[in-house]
Amino acid sequence: MHVTSSKPLSGNPGVALTDPAWVRWSLVGVSIAVISLFLILPLATVLIEALSKGWQAYASSLTLPDTLAAMRLTLLTAAITVPLTTVFGVSAAWAIARFDFRGKSLLTTLIDLPFSVSPVIAGLIYVLIFGAKGWFGPWLSEHDIKVIFAVPGIVLATLFVTFPFVARELIPLMQEIGHEEEEAALSLGASGWQTFFKVTLPNIKWGLLYGVLLCNARAMGEFGAVSVVSGHIRGLTNTLPLHVEVSYNEYDFVGAFASASVLASLAVLTLIFKTLLEWKQSQDRKA
Amino acid sequence: MSIQLSNITKQFGAFKALDNIHLDIPEGELVALLGPSGCGKTTLLRIIAGLEQADQGQVFLKGDNVTEQPVKNRQIGFVFQHYALFRHMTVFDNIAFGLRVKPRKQRPAETVIKQKVHDLLQLVQLDWLHDRFPDQLSGGQRQRIALARALAVEPSVLLLDEPFGALDASVRKDLRLWLRHLHHELNVTSIFVTHDQEEAMEVASQIVVLNHGKIEQKGTPSEIYDQPHSDFVSRFIGQTNVFKIEDHAHEWLKHTGIIIDEPQGIVAHVRPHNISVEKPSDPAKAPVTLRDWQHLGSLIRLELQRDDQTASPTTIYAEMPNEQFKALALNKGDRVAMRIKHAHWFN
Amino acid sequence: MPGFRPALGFTLLYLALIVLIPLSAMLLKSLQLTADQFWNILTSKRVLASFEISFGAALLAAGIAAVLGFIIAWTLVRYPFPGKKLFDALIDLPFALPTAVAGIVLATLYEPRGWIGQWLGEVFGLKVAYQPLGIVVALIFIGLPFVVRTIEPVLQEFDSAMEEAAASLGANRWQAFSKVIVPNILPAAITGFALAFARGVGEYGSVIFIAGNMPYVSEVVPLLIITKLEQYDYAGATAIGMTMLVLSFVLLLIINSLQWWVRRRSGQL
Repeated sequence: MHVTSSKPLSGNPGVALTDPAWVRWSLVGVSIAVISLFLILPLATVLIEALSKGWQAYASSLTLPDTLAAMRLTLLTAAITVPLTTVFGVSAAWAIARFDFRGKSLLTTLIDLPFSVSPVIAGLIYVLIFGAKGWFGPWLSEHDIKVIFAVPGIVLATLFVTFPFVARELIPLMQEIGHEEEEAALSLGASGWQTFFKVTLPNIKWGLLYGVLLCNARAMGEFGAVSVVSGHIRGLTNTLPLHVEVSYNEYDFVGAFASASVLASLAVLTLIFKTLLEWKQSQDRKA
Repeated sequence: MSIQLSNITKQFGAFKALDNIHLDIPEGELVALLGPSGCGKTTLLRIIAGLEQADQGQVFLKGDNVTEQPVKNRQIGFVFQHYALFRHMTVFDNIAFGLRVKPRKQRPAETVIKQKVHDLLQLVQLDWLHDRFPDQLSGGQRQRIALARALAVEPSVLLLDEPFGALDASVRKDLRLWLRHLHHELNVTSIFVTHDQEEAMEVASQIVVLNHGKIEQKGTPSEIYDQPHSDFVSRFIGQTNVFKIEDHAHEWLKHTGIIIDEPQGIVAHVRPHNISVEKPSDPAKAPVTLRDWQHLGSLIRLELQRDDQTASPTTIYAEMPNEQFKALALNKGDRVAMRIKHAHWFN
Repeated sequence: MPGFRPALGFTLLYLALIVLIPLSAMLLKSLQLTADQFWNILTSKRVLASFEISFGAALLAAGIAAVLGFIIAWTLVRYPFPGKKLFDALIDLPFALPTAVAGIVLATLYEPRGWIGQWLGEVFGLKVAYQPLGIVVALIFIGLPFVVRTIEPVLQEFDSAMEEAAASLGANRWQAFSKVIVPNILPAAITGFALAFARGVGEYGSVIFIAGNMPYVSEVVPLLIITKLEQYDYAGATAIGMTMLVLSFVLLLIINSLQWWVRRRSGQL
């Protein structure tokens, strides 16, 4: 890095860069206060509230049939959306990072589009198409197919909100790696698929896992979009985040926070894996 | 004395970057701090500037003890290795920066600043670039702007960290001479850091050779070249053949003229131009074989192979003018006579 | 290289099915409304109030998050302190924590009897939960990591020799900060602000529990859309949704051009 080259050893900022102690300590103080107040305290609150009536109440609220059904639905949604988003992400990255074509930058912009759309709108658009008064509504009810207020609607809304997650990790990564290694494999007689599995995939695996991890966290945790299309039918169309809402609104705080604690541990696990993956990636880059 | 360092010591963890440095630099000199990477030369420059704090010792600028003064009070001009031009400012604003951050009472009027910046731009011959941003300049241009920026505050000393390090070879040559001439014109005491001995020889009026945090030698370029005080300086400045004086090789060395009477040390350093090569009267008795030669412009470098392969060096380099070499009409593989005209002895 | 046609083909098909066709369904639906209908929906007092609340709260929260995020990024990059690695990893929590969880936790903490709410009420006489202020708090939570994560890498890459150069030219620490560091960090700070703002405008889950959702006072646009949908008022929901989408795009466009202007002015283009 050219930044530190003027210094004999890194980690020794020159005296000209040292801020007065009172500045350092007050800024560190502000940072720690904000992080504690906004991030650590909420995490702790989830646990404290969930256990406020003891372990027994906590365990029993987690094993209620409705809670279990919500967990199953959340897992099912993730099991469908994550692979689809991953396949899409890989193929989009392959097309964008490996080829030049007209409209490439437009395509890249469109892939990011769902990020700037409110999750509520993500739900709304599917209601407009598949809802009772939507375009296909009458036809769907004639054939007795339920999309809105049913699992397919939840999956569709989740597909929309997780849409860019894998692609936007892979595109810059594959552009940075370049295509020389793949061309070398092809010149040695490997087929397209062999090249992908033996050369491309090993190179992008950590970035891919990173995208999948974030995609999964969003798929399991999505609330707004799913809330619009689910109909909140207990035991049938409530995902775990929706179950948190329903329990909370019914003043079942232990139940709400018990389910929330499951989601919060999922978030913490995601953060741990994310940190590990970032470390792995930086190790790979150093090597 | 313009710059005086006494007893400067600096440690980074377990690594001793500078060990008890004493140095006096008279007014108006252009000094090169020369040494291999990691020898402490940049650290020493940064300590003079006040960008780094020494663990021990004192820094005097124009007789004032500035050891405890922060960089902004030291009245120095510093040119950074990668220039550190402010990317978000035009060339003009970069040069004006030092004048505009002065306390209100000392700050010149904007018209004065404008005049001064344009004078400096003319000095570095880049007035036409005043409204460009640093990213739009070539390396050589950035270098000159960085110099103009440092000069704007009328520093009492000018410090340059590897000023030519990041430039292309051709630009570097031009800028070296330019810097030397500029120094003649301005006569500001200047120190620059370099690892390139050629650069130091060409630009500086005084050279300070540093190694392992210590000063090996200080002197004019010709003193450093002709009278190296140590084995290290002799090796570091220019090319040299190193002869180790071993018992069984005495005869050979006497024969080629290194040892006249008795050895004066355990190694002898011989510059290539201090070796003369001739056609032997009796090829069978000639001590070396001509293996190959290279053109170095006006000089030819000859690669000579020693018969006695157990002694060092087995390959000896000699230099002679082009014309002289042509006159000898030598071929590869010829046995030739060599004579050592002068050697430096070290223990 | 092989695979261009199938890869691009699948990408476009999937993009069309999941994103483009559904979004254009909303566009078509809103085109079915007459201009009068559209106008009447948008200018109803409740809708206007909700837009004011959503955009106002998002703007204020993104501004506060930008300042706090700058301080956090600065300390994380510049100063050593115990537990720094852990704090750094925690910054992303709002990305990973489901918004419903964030919503109920923030509501619990800031309600009048909650740990923070109680204290704010006693010391400052301040009510946060079930007020517009509650929305701002939730949106700061959501926006913070956007700011920190856009500023952090730029600060890391920042060539500190520029600061030393400023000092060597006689600038004091504050001058070096305001004249050299800030202008170089500003584009990243604007990006972070824009991301936080865009996310805040559409935010639903973390807001509705703490907002109180009183029409005209603390009802955000996304909630109003859901309310319309629950009343099977598809036209109303569409008109509001479409307007929100267009407004946030316009605002992002403005912010992008502002950023372009800053970069250009500072020679980074």
